[in-house]
Order: sequence, then structure tokens, then C-alpha cells
Amino acid sequence: MNPTNIKDPEYFHKVVDCQYACPAHTPVPEYIRLIAAERYTEAYMINWESNVFPGVLGRTCDRPCEPACRRGRVEEEPVAICRLKRVAADYKGDVKNLMPKGPFTPNGKKIALIGGGPASLTVARDLAPLGYEIHLFDEQPAGGGMMRSQIPSFRLPESVLNEEVGYILDLGIHAQFRTYVSSMKDMLGKGYDAIFVGTGAPRGRDLNDLPGRQEAGDHIQIGIEFLANVAFEHTSKIGKKVLVLGGGNTAMDCCRTSRRLGGEDVKVVVRSPKAEMKASPWEIEDAVHEDIPIYENHVPKSFVVENGKLKGMMFELVRAEYDEKGKRKLIPTGEPDVFFEADDVLIAVGQENAFPWVERDLGIEFDKWEVPILNKESFQSTLPHVFFGGDAAMGPKNVITAVAQGHTAAVSIDLFCQEKSLTEGRPSPLTNLIHQKMGIHEWMYDSSVASDLRYQVPHADKVKSLKDRLMEVELGYDDQLAFKEAQRCLNCDVQTVFSTSRCIECDACVDICPTDCITFTENGEEEDLRNRLSAPAHELDQDLYVSEELPTKRVMVKDENVCLHCGLCAERCPTAAWDMHKYLYNTAKAGGMKYA
Amino acid sequence: MTFVRPVFRHPESPTNRLGYTRKFYEGALSTLCAGCGHDSVSGAIIQACFEMAVEPHRVAKLSGIGCSSKTPAYFLANSHGFNSVHGRMPSVATGAYLANRDLMYIGISGDGDSASIGMGQFVHAIRRNLNITYIIMNNGCYGLTKGQDSATADFGSKSKAGIPNMYQSIDMAGLALELGASFVGRSFSGDKEQLIPMIKAAMSHPGFALIDVVSPCVTFNNNQGSTKSYDYTREHIETTAAVDFVPLMSEITAQYEEGNSINVNLHDGSVIHLSKLAKDWDPQDRHSAMNRLYHAKASGEVLTGLIFIDTETRDLHSLLNTTDTALNSLGKENLCPGSSVLEDINAALR
Repeated sequence: MNPTNIKDPEYFHKVVDCQYACPAHTPVPEYIRLIAAERYTEAYMINWESNVFPGVLGRTCDRPCEPACRRGRVEEEPVAICRLKRVAADYKGDVKNLMPKGPFTPNGKKIALIGGGPASLTVARDLAPLGYEIHLFDEQPAGGGMMRSQIPSFRLPESVLNEEVGYILDLGIHAQFRTYVSSMKDMLGKGYDAIFVGTGAPRGRDLNDLPGRQEAGDHIQIGIEFLANVAFEHTSKIGKKVLVLGGGNTAMDCCRTSRRLGGEDVKVVVRSPKAEMKASPWEIEDAVHEDIPIYENHVPKSFVVENGKLKGMMFELVRAEYDEKGKRKLIPTGEPDVFFEADDVLIAVGQENAFPWVERDLGIEFDKWEVPILNKESFQSTLPHVFFGGDAAMGPKNVITAVAQGHTAAVSIDLFCQEKSLTEGRPSPLTNLIHQKMGIHEWMYDSSVASDLRYQVPHADKVKSLKDRLMEVELGYDDQLAFKEAQRCLNCDVQTVFSTSRCIECDACVDICPTDCITFTENGEEEDLRNRLSAPAHELDQDLYVSEELPTKRVMVKDENVCLHCGLCAERCPTAAWDMHKYLYNTAKAGGMKYA
Repeated sequence: MTFVRPVFRHPESPTNRLGYTRKFYEGALSTLCAGCGHDSVSGAIIQACFEMAVEPHRVAKLSGIGCSSKTPAYFLANSHGFNSVHGRMPSVATGAYLANRDLMYIGISGDGDSASIGMGQFVHAIRRNLNITYIIMNNGCYGLTKGQDSATADFGSKSKAGIPNMYQSIDMAGLALELGASFVGRSFSGDKEQLIPMIKAAMSHPGFALIDVVSPCVTFNNNQGSTKSYDYTREHIETTAAVDFVPLMSEITAQYEEGNSINVNLHDGSVIHLSKLAKDWDPQDRHSAMNRLYHAKASGEVLTGLIFIDTETRDLHSLLNTTDTALNSLGKENLCPGSSVLEDINAALR
């Protein structure tokens, strides 16, 4: 193998698995260390720069970082990254004066943002400080998009959302709420330099073809519409017996909301096996904790309506079978159909983006699934000054993905307005590699590896929280628990940097490495090398760090997979051939702005 | 400085025949200087014991005083240990071995401990042929007292202080050969491929097995002009043969070139396989081993590998015809048979 090019900004970035997995590439270990040091405000600002909604995401994020967390490879559970983010938001001091303060010198460009969700707000946050005049349009009475309409208050208190949406609107955004944009053509005629569409995925799928659907009337509701009606207080009660169809996070929010609106016998029914449910495991856990049973392998067959009144639903029992390609087929088991009684049914079987308001003769092209055709790198549509982001761009994902796409679109819009290329010469990430040596065998980070298991986040009393849909269920870590949980972080951003010319091949690092990451051996092709290392190195997506050739004609090979970043190799290295360097990586924001 | 090793190990750490991972054979975190050769030797002992599936409670590790003699704290934490008086490890080992022949003995010593203060002890342990694996971590200096030349420092070698050594050196392997040791080897801490099978072979050998390991002192004797530095050793290293140890009950899977290799069969059924043999050298002929060693010394080579082995050796217990049972397993009636037996013995001597 060729020697690893550690100057490539992506090499060490990839080693910080949580940050690499985060769509917005939040520097996770950096802010976790700050939390351990009780520097919550700085921790918050690092988050704010990357993910714009730390308080919201610290409660509701889909956590792509946690399955990637290295801790989960050497121990049972990853670090509670998401809930530590919330700690930063809960305990921060005054952050307002650390944020950009208007009025900003206008640069003469006007941008329209359609939709007031996480993607649009991110674009607003990134562009406003650069002097853009930003006009935001949303049909809801307040900003936040699906964060407001679809995430229930017992998971995300309104005050937290208002605060973080407020930070952005306070940058001088011209927000027009309760304004439904019904024609793109009209918008195009208003002379904006660029238009960003962040309208989300507002259309919930229905089960129109199921017998009885029409007769049952308004006792059958679409999940996201139900959640929005609850959020905006158009709906305040539901029947005692509720069936929720679907296995995603919306279904979990629907069933738990139902429990708070008077639902006593609430059931979740999914077509697939439980293991394949799309909902996050912790959301499922919370639903089960609120006495909501989940029935798997039940395919809805019909709504049972008697005398114009919904009585319940029939389900067919199936089992999942998989072909060689792993494709699933649901095969009826032949058992008798099952009937569940219901006063109300909530359908949460998916949602999609919809653009009835975008005329099709404007030059904005859509593919056969009615999804806009975009440049994947810049999020530019086929009409050059129209950009898409968030669920509107690629279909329903999650808040953090919408934020990440918002950043990207903001960079694109900024480049577009300066008449620069959107694909070539996009700004590269800001990186920094900082020496961590403080003295002999002393590091600037806490290198010892805690052996504690993951700490549970305390919950509010169930009896009380089920009575009040506004009462937040999770109480969050207190400072003590937060410290202990933060200490579980392995500091993967503190990199083991190897210098071939300094190595005397004494083997000290090989002997001390607790997880057998390091091997000195003859070079070879990657496949061959992976079989000759001190410990198995089967994880192909985890890189091998290969040195130049050493005097004994061997090379140092380090499997990054389960390195604990404990620094012992560097401590036991007599010549500092191994050294620990903190690697900071921040994706470029529009205009090269830094917020933390 | 980190004093506690993380508890986590590689999730796919292999297990040996007993179901233990290597972690079970580790010790405390070393407090020796970073890069000390001794830590590599500890690592080799850990690996050898792991691969041999040694039951840790069947091992006694003994040492004297010095950097080397600290190392038993850094391996085999689940075994018996005795950190004895400077240079007196062989006596303690003799007593322990006579009392309990069921344990496997690993003696750890250094050049100061064995070649100076404990020389008298060392030579008699060889003469008596204790069944022990005796490892000398040889760095040619007194590292614990800031690097004065030791008795194994080569003539003319310079330590960090920069003054050439004016005395002749003691060659511990040559001395052991002279004294009739039944297993003599030399190795280098930076060559685990050789050291690990050698330790395994020594542990399987039923008699005194000496391994003299060149183990550089990275703080006081790893400079230019030293003959015990990493660089010097790598540049001058020669081997008698490549060593492979094949324990009892395992198949020989490696492929060897015809003609240039031999098998040495040990009494317990295991085999030491030697390949790429040096010329004019027979590991089972003491005379040729001595010749090879003197030749190496004359030509400035650091000769490593198995130097000599006598597979027909008789250890101290068999020389003394002692009981097969460890003393702690004998009952009081056997250990102290009473005054009438004493009278019978005395009468027989009159």
C-alpha cells in the first residue's frame, strides 16, 4: 500500500466516526470535551455553527452519529452524543452576544426562502450575516416547519424551538408567516436573485384503496396532519381506542400523542417485522414504556364501518421472507385475519414532498417521481437561480440532513450571486491539527478511557407526563451525569500521528496498544496486509494508516477501527514518532464565516 | 502519565485452548522508560504464554533487582511471583523448584543482577540444572542507577556518558555453554518473531534454559558507539537459524526448504524446527556451538537464535532422585516420618 496521505483533510475526518457520520459534520468530540469542562456556552456555539439547532437536535435528532461511535465497537453502547448536545443547550450562558449581530451591511442581493423549516432557516442563518436581504415565506403561524408541526411538545418544548428559531429570525430576516406560496411563477416574477425551496415533505400517504376508507370519514386521519392539528391546538382529544398504522418515528409520535389526548388503548400496527421498523429504537422504547403495544407482521386489509361509524380494522397476518438479494416479501401465513377495535385510526405510513404550487413550464424539471432534478453537489435546480434543500430536495430524511443541505445550498447561493462556479472550487473545509503534548507523558486532553456504561437520561414520572402533552418526558442529564457520560467519549479527534523518520522500531507501541491496532510488517496489498495484522481487520470501511518504509524494510500499519485514542502508543514512544494531535474539521460555511 | 491501561481489548481478540485472551496474561502497566527493550521482552513472554495456553496459576516468576527484575510486575498478573534480593534470584528459584516441581519457573534477571552481583548464584544454578527458563534482559548498563557500564558491556562500547568501556565483557551465553547449560539461546528484544518461539522452546525444555536477550536501554545506552543499541544490534545481527516452535499435539503446517533445516524433538513431544541453518553448526553439539559463538564474537556479529540444546539432559530433581510429588501435596507422615525413621538412618550410617 502507498503511505497514507494524512494531509488529505478527509483522512483524519473519517477517523472521527461520529463527526463523519453527522450530515452537518458537527465536531462532536470537541464539544463533548467542553461539556466535561463545564464550558457549556462554547460547546453550544460549536454546535450552533454546524447544526444551527442544538437544543432541538439535542432532543430530537435521528443520531446518525451514535451508531458510528467507536465506543459501540469496544463496548455495548455508544456515547449519548445527542443528549450531551442537549446538556450544552440546557446549561449554556448568554449566547446571543456570541452570534453575529445585525444590521449587516447589505450586499444588494435579495433571496427568497420558501418554507420556514430547518433547511430554510439554515440558509437564512448562513446568508444573513453576509448582507443578503432574506425574505422567508411559510404558511404556518411561526417558524420551524416540521419541527413545530410534527414533533410533539412532550419531546420538544415550544420554548426551546422558539428560542432557536428566534436566534435566526433576529438576524434581520423578513419573515412572512401565514403566507402560503401558491405559485412559483409569481415568486420568480418578484426579482429575487435566488430562491431557495425548503418546503419539506408535507404530504402524508393515505390508504385510499382500503375498503371502508371513505365511509369512516374523519375518524381516520393522516399522522402528520393529526400532529400538526394538535400542535396548533385544532385537535385536543381522541377516542379511547386508537390504532396507529406505520412503524416510523411519526407513528411513534402519533401513538404517544394519542395517549395524552385520551387514548387508553393505543396500538401500533406495522406490516413488517419489528426489527425492520424505521422508527429509532429509543422512540420505540419510549412508546412501549407508555404501554403502547406494537403488533408486527399485520397488513391492513379493511376498515370496518357499521352504520357509518368506524368500528375497527381487519389485518392479514404475514411473515417476512427474503430472497438471495435480501429483498423482503411479505407472505400471508394463512391464519385467520385479525380484528382490532378502534374509535380512531391514524395513518403514518410515510410522507412525500409535493409541489402542486410549482408550475411545470418554468424550467424547473422534475423526475418521474415528481422530485426536482438537482445537482447533487450544489442543490441547484435546472432553473439556475432556484435551489432546493431538506426534505423538499431528496425526500423525507431528518432535521440534521436538512440543516446540512441548507449549509450546502447557502454556499451555492453565495457563489451563484457572486457569479462563481458552483461545482468547481467550492470552499474546502477548515481544518487544524494541533499538538496535544503538554509535558512528558502529559496531554492536553483527558486520555484515560472510562469504563463506565452508558448513563440513562432521567425521565419524568409517567403518570404525570401522560396527563400533559406539553410536559417534556425527558428531563435531560444533570451536570454530574453529563460529566460522567462525556468522559465516555474516546476523543477520536485526537489523532495518532506517526512520523517514519523518528521511529526506532522498538516495538513499544505494539506492546502497549490495548486493542492491537499497530503492526510492523512487510508492506503488501491492502487485502493481504489486512490478514497479517496483530488483530483481525475486517472492517473495510475503516482505513489502514500505513507509514513510509522503515530502515528494516517494514512499514507501520495501524488499523483505525478500534483505536481507543488513549495515547499510550505516544506515551510509550521514546522518540515521539507517535504523537497525539487534535484534528479540528469544519465544513465551509457560506462566505467563509466562522460562528464559534 | 497513564498508570491504568484501558479495560477494552480488540473485540475479536483470539482465545487460546483454555479460552483465555491475551489480556489474561498481561500485568500492570510498565513504569520503565518509554521504548525500553524490557517491555518488548515482557510482551514476548505474554505472547508465548498465551500461545502455549499456559495456566497462569501454574507459573512462578522470580526476579532479583534492577530494571529487568521489575518486569515480572508487567506480565502474568495471575501467576505467582517473587521479587528477591539483588542477584539472589537463582537461590530462591532453587528452593522454590525443589519444594514444588509442579510449577513452571520463569527467572528474570539483568546483566547487573546475573553478571555482577549474582554471578556466583547464576553459575551454580546452571551447574545444578534447575528446570527454569532463565531470561537475562541484557542492556550492557546499569539503567536503574543512571547507566554505568555493566559487566556485559563490550570492550570499547560507549554509553551515553561517552567514555569507551575499558574492560572485557562477559558473554553470558558463552559462559552458560562452558558451564554445561542444556539450553542456550540469544535473542533481541526487537525481534519478536525469533524471541517468542525461543521462549516457548525454553519453557518446554526440561532443564536450565538460558535466553540472553539483547534489550537496549533506550535512555542510557542507545547512542552512537554503543554495541547494545537498537541500531547497532540491527546492523550486526546474525542468526544461527530461524526458530519455529511446534508444540505437542499440533500439526506442522509451515513449509520448509529441504536440506537446510532440522527438527529437534523435545521430551514432551514438541518440536523445535530450525531452518536457514548457519554453516558448520550443529545445535546439539556443544563444541560446534562454542565455535560458532567464538567466531561471531571475533567478527563482531551479534549472534542470535538457538545456540545449543541438549535434549537428553537430567534436571536437578532427577539427579537427586527426589519424590515426584510437590512437597505441598505430601502429607505430614511423609514429610516428617518421625524419630524412629531418623534413628534408622543414623544407625545405617554408623
